[in-house]
Amino acid sequence: MSETLPHEGGVILPGGPGEAMSVEIRDGGLVTQEMNLNIGPQHPATHGVLRVVIDLDGEVIVRARPVIGYMHRGFEKLAEARDYRQIIALVNRHDWLSAFCNELGVALAVERLMELEVPERAQWIRVLMSEWNRILNHLMFIGSFGLELGAITPVFFSFREREDIQSFLESATGGRLHFTYTRVGGLKEDLPAGFLDASRQMAATMRSRNDEYRQLLLGNEIFQARTKGVGALAPDVAVDYGVTGPTLHATGVAEDVRLSEPYCVYDELDVKVPVRTNGDSYDRFVVLLDRIDASLDLIEQVHEGLPAGPVNRKMPKTVKAPEGATYVRTENPLGQGGYYLVSDGGKTPWRMRMRTPSFSNIQMVPELLEGSLLSDMIAILGSVYFVVGDVDR
Amino acid sequence: MAAPSLPGSGLLKGLGLTFKTMLSPATTAQYPHVKPELPPRTRGVIALMEENCTVCMLCAKECPDWCIYIDSSKETVPVEGGRTRTRNVLDRFAIDFALCMYCGICVEVCPFDALFWSPEFEYAEYDIRELTHEKERLREWMDTVPPPPPLEEGAVPPAEIEAGIAAARKEAEEAAAKAKAAAEGGGEPEAEAPQIDEELFARLVAEGTPERAARAKAKAAFVKAQKRREREQGGDQ
Amino acid sequence: MATSVFALEPLWLALLLQALAALLLFLIGAVVVGYLEHKVLAHMQDRLGPMEAIWHGIGQLPADGLKFLQKEDIIPTAADRWVFALAPAVAVVPGVVVIAVLPFGPGLWLTDLDAGIFFALAASGVTVLGTLMAGWSSANKFSLMGGLRGAAQLISYELPLVLAAAAIVIQAGTLSLPGIVEAQHGFTLFGVPMIYGIPHIIGLGLFFVAALAELSRPPFDMPIADSELIAGHMTEYTGMRYAFFMLSEYAGMVILSALATVLFLGGWYPWPGVGLPEGAAGMVLGFVITFAKILVLSAIMVWLRATFPRMREDQLQRLSWSVLIPLGLLNIVLVATAKVWF
Repeated sequence: MSETLPHEGGVILPGGPGEAMSVEIRDGGLVTQEMNLNIGPQHPATHGVLRVVIDLDGEVIVRARPVIGYMHRGFEKLAEARDYRQIIALVNRHDWLSAFCNELGVALAVERLMELEVPERAQWIRVLMSEWNRILNHLMFIGSFGLELGAITPVFFSFREREDIQSFLESATGGRLHFTYTRVGGLKEDLPAGFLDASRQMAATMRSRNDEYRQLLLGNEIFQARTKGVGALAPDVAVDYGVTGPTLHATGVAEDVRLSEPYCVYDELDVKVPVRTNGDSYDRFVVLLDRIDASLDLIEQVHEGLPAGPVNRKMPKTVKAPEGATYVRTENPLGQGGYYLVSDGGKTPWRMRMRTPSFSNIQMVPELLEGSLLSDMIAILGSVYFVVGDVDR
Repeated sequence: MAAPSLPGSGLLKGLGLTFKTMLSPATTAQYPHVKPELPPRTRGVIALMEENCTVCMLCAKECPDWCIYIDSSKETVPVEGGRTRTRNVLDRFAIDFALCMYCGICVEVCPFDALFWSPEFEYAEYDIRELTHEKERLREWMDTVPPPPPLEEGAVPPAEIEAGIAAARKEAEEAAAKAKAAAEGGGEPEAEAPQIDEELFARLVAEGTPERAARAKAKAAFVKAQKRREREQGGDQ
Repeated sequence: MATSVFALEPLWLALLLQALAALLLFLIGAVVVGYLEHKVLAHMQDRLGPMEAIWHGIGQLPADGLKFLQKEDIIPTAADRWVFALAPAVAVVPGVVVIAVLPFGPGLWLTDLDAGIFFALAASGVTVLGTLMAGWSSANKFSLMGGLRGAAQLISYELPLVLAAAAIVIQAGTLSLPGIVEAQHGFTLFGVPMIYGIPHIIGLGLFFVAALAELSRPPFDMPIADSELIAGHMTEYTGMRYAFFMLSEYAGMVILSALATVLFLGGWYPWPGVGLPEGAAGMVLGFVITFAKILVLSAIMVWLRATFPRMREDQLQRLSWSVLIPLGLLNIVLVATAKVWF
């Protein structure tokens, strides 16, 4: 424990062996000390190596400061020495839960610089993959949020679904987590036979399973007591911090790149953006569940509308983006991803800057943490939705 | 929720779901006892078709984490009635799977179809050095490479594959026509030497190796032996 | 009433046998309930649980025990060595002690104290001292918070536990545990033989909830809270000392389930009014019935763990002081009134 400062006129009670107990009575009242506590970098609630330094008064958090950077892997610098195909393999890995959406963003940026028209079929498949990736990501957070609140079953249920989805995505892409399926100018290769059937089947299963999560958690009185009104985020604060994705939608702001700046074929599809108004942990969780349903809607539309044709364009051996700069926004599962690509005409980017949703989301966390209880911190961290690799890059 | 529900009903609903799950069979796969069925595109391990490799170094150059090690030497090949040619000989081809990030770029860039993905994944080692697979080990993985899956409805096969299929078909037709002509002519058709090491093939089959794998191994052995013969002949002169 | 099978001569033999039996029951109970938790929890989560050890993982817990034995025993430099080393023992011993008064069948108890229920509740409350000692001595902030939460939880939940038991004591008119079973055997509700659990449904609910809280079982596992406090007071423990804490948790489930069985579910009788055969057959049957009831109650505890998220410490306290304790007092008033009335 920390040393006790003798106050004038105070009485210090004898403590344990070798040290004074931090209890002091002065002016008839108990003098307490704030306790400094490091949550992380190794802590189960921070999923990864985020560190939150908090000052506690009893169980109430007085100050909170997230310390980021433990997982900095220098992605942006690495990208300067990699050609575009290699970047796609790398970009998979900084937010390992939104692998496909990330590689899509990079490919879109290069294609925009090159003024490439991507074959229709490739664009539809890109949407299909993005939405399945979104569901994969949300399933992960549904499970881990339950786990952090002490409900240990949802995580097993959601991983059961994740396994199934990953299995058929693997049949097309060869990867379970790092798909590396997008290429500048299209996709690596077309879907294998039977993929669409598996996808249709899984979409139907997923709908019923989504109801199971609602049944297991949403109606649960303990769950509601733990999450309703906890970590309520105001829409203006959220916008000020640049919070995006489900965390923003829970506050009532329906900003979604798929609607405001559609890419691929999102403008031909009916994109629904579920919105809640309270901005608390409960709403953030409900938005996640609703987004799975919305993604399933999109997936079914892709099943209906997928055109025939090639998925690739004939590309030169080395892809070189012409000189210039572009900024592409995509709606990643956790929020808006931004890819600022500056090219000097070479085969590697001159600069590749990424805006990642997790980074902005985590900046807002102290606003929610200060004044809440330690137990609520877990409910807040679990529902702000960030991936540490995405924060640090 | 439309109507305010009875307090505790949410708790009971959850209890009902876990109870129902308990009664239904579990989805767990008993892994070491039951092997997973992996799709042919799975990126498990990289196999090397050594005979196809021309030491062009594209894979090693394109690898994002530089985990492919290639050593080669030049060798002169005498050509009858002409001047000698030089060609590249592959001395070492190794992939360090401890470094590899399984992106598949090497397989994709290989212009001569020397690298393939195999879904095999059980090659964990206690010593990290063992994870560097030399070309012999990479060649063995070749036996586990599955054929590529057919494509989904509405897909357009890549042009080079289309061309390859057309060429193969044409070749088969020509061969058939030749055989037919030979049969009609009554003469003995020129027996095509089976390009495999018959002895090894027989032994492997006897040992219980699947015929396809055995044939592939025997073929590799034959090609190797032939190359050695060529080299020896070259050395003699 | 039957006397204990351990009422033997000479005294040293009786004592030795009693000590051995208590230890054995403690270990077997903990291992069986531990296995039950492994399997039931797994199947509720759509998985299989341990499958390898011997057959369907029945050897898993003994194997875990062996593994724990081989682990290095690490004591942090800043820890208070004596208290740290002693804490697991303090957590385990009360469990063994309480076993002494629990009746597992006709005559199958080690000793019949006149104030058996009082002794059982008092002794099981000592377990938390181990939690507090561990939390304090580990020199770890997470452990300290876990220990303090554990202590706060005990103070607020010992009360509803005792209140619920007190209502049964009023009903049965005895503090002796075998006495309560026998009294329950003769209990009728409007002429129908009935276990106490049905008219005392409030008491049963109170007892069960309070037992969960006292055991720090989900949804009241704030002192352990692996996603907040990283196992709380157990954070710094390794090897056998850690195993002792786990053992005391599982044994605690057995003990409180056994207490609930005695108080509310008719003890070793299949149903009040339904007798058991005399002699050894009756003992075996009684033991099986008691243990079956204990396992059912433990399975319900596991079921709750599989389904519910954890509550928050302040919510837990509010539940105790503003709901459970008033309810417990009301329950006593009702029971006492009914007892006087009929």
